Amino acid sequence: MNKSVYIIKENVLIAKNTYKTILSGDTSSLTKPGQFINILLDGFYLRRPISVCDYDDSTITIIYKIVGKGTEKMSLLTPGDKLDILVGLGNGFSTEKSGNKPLLIGGGAGIPPMYNLAKKLLREEKEPIVILGFNTKDEIFYQEEFENLGVKVLVCTADGSVGVKGFVTDAIKQLSGYTYFYTCGPQPMLKAVYDTTKVSGEFSFEERMGCGFGACMGCSCKTKYKTKRICKDGPVLEKEEIIW
Amino acid sequence: MVDIKVNLGDWELSNPIIPASGTFGYGKEFAELYDINILGSFSFKGTTKEERFGNPTPRIAECPMGMINSVGLQNPGIDKVISEELPQMKKIFHKPVIANISGFSIDEYVYCCEKIDKEKQVGIIEVNVSCPNVHNGGMAFGTDPVCAAQVTKAVKAVTKKPVYIKLSPNVTDIVSIAKACEAEGADGLSLINTMLGMRIDLKTKKPVIANKMGGFSGSTILPVALKMVYQVFEAVKIPIIGMGGVSSCEDVIEMMLAGASAVQIGAANLVNPYICKEIIEQLPAVCEKYNIKNLKEITGGAH
Repeated sequence: MNKSVYIIKENVLIAKNTYKTILSGDTSSLTKPGQFINILLDGFYLRRPISVCDYDDSTITIIYKIVGKGTEKMSLLTPGDKLDILVGLGNGFSTEKSGNKPLLIGGGAGIPPMYNLAKKLLREEKEPIVILGFNTKDEIFYQEEFENLGVKVLVCTADGSVGVKGFVTDAIKQLSGYTYFYTCGPQPMLKAVYDTTKVSGEFSFEERMGCGFGACMGCSCKTKYKTKRICKDGPVLEKEEIIW
Repeated sequence: MVDIKVNLGDWELSNPIIPASGTFGYGKEFAELYDINILGSFSFKGTTKEERFGNPTPRIAECPMGMINSVGLQNPGIDKVISEELPQMKKIFHKPVIANISGFSIDEYVYCCEKIDKEKQVGIIEVNVSCPNVHNGGMAFGTDPVCAAQVTKAVKAVTKKPVYIKLSPNVTDIVSIAKACEAEGADGLSLINTMLGMRIDLKTKKPVIANKMGGFSGSTILPVALKMVYQVFEAVKIPIIGMGGVSSCEDVIEMMLAGASAVQIGAANLVNPYICKEIIEQLPAVCEKYNIKNLKEITGGAH
């Protein structure tokens, strides 16, 4: 983890209530897809934890939905603005167990971390399949970006306006032969994925956090083996350890 | 040269800065960021007799310049703290630590304090009396002078280490409780623990915190803490560790002027993990700005 000042390069609306921000600064503490950053905003006491969508040597891309006053404030930031951020938080996804044909299942605001994960799996010469779940057509983002990576992408919308009508689990049922899965999204979706998938996989969880780096025990959860902190020992948990 | 050394009884601390219990774990996460040996000391996570998971989540809610937590004393229990955490702490922190002890009955306080008494690493036992007393309808020990005095007396009987009682601000008259603890032999007082508060989610129309309410802390509670430290300082002779909303050098000085001999930093550690380091580094210059040459001499200076 490092704490530094980052400069906003870009902050744009990419779908309904959904923004993409590119931050410029030190990315050396990011080591895996699925990690997150914790952003300090003027006028707010606690930081905002946001998952990393993508990163390179000098920039971090995040995608967030406006869900409250903090993210609303973030959406108003402009290029050149500076932010105090804790970077490189959480364990992230590990690609060792993925097999050759892993399934990446993202729902809404849970989609962003799947992007860097897909890139990493491709670098490892695997063939990820991506399922993106949204409620409606106007919420869709990053379909093209995933397609441009050269991976197979299935889009589902709850209202059937685009792609598979229904939830990500309806798309999962159409697929076979996948070796492993990675998922991030709302809790009910995660539970449905857990019940639908027949193979092992990794889940990225969300919880209200105090610090984001393991000090306050605000986001603890019970697993089959021990108590874990979602921020430090997670946010990624393995299928086998989860207690619903 | 500004002298920022302070004393808690016979113990001389290199500076007054002590991370507060529950905001610093056992030091490990912070030791990865900076050499925590620069701290005056630190108060480790509240410890109970048995292992505790704590309260259900969500346990955290944000407030204007503050936060609410209802972690609920998650800890591995006194035996594991002694066998596993203390040896780990010794590797990263070479000064005495403050052992924060909680209990739900007087027997539990006694059990834990008797065990921790044998640990050389522990400089002070800080007794959290804000827990509900299971033998008294769940009323917190620290909300009644008689109960607080009973805990103090029972704990003092089983340890030779200095005992600091950590007082709850959720009371009508904190002075009477402070005096009752002093009368039973408390070596010092820590104040204030968190206040009680809640937030309600406008979307769900239900409390944000699963346990409905929790401990309210953060910079917004500083004035309440200052007032209570000021009042208690007038009424007792034992040293006070002041805390509640402290997040800058100026806050540290203010807290000491109110009557604190040393100062704990709580919620601010969660927002800025480097806050204690930054305060320790900047403290001499800020003292100089206010013409303070020897920091320990300002304790109670506002009276």
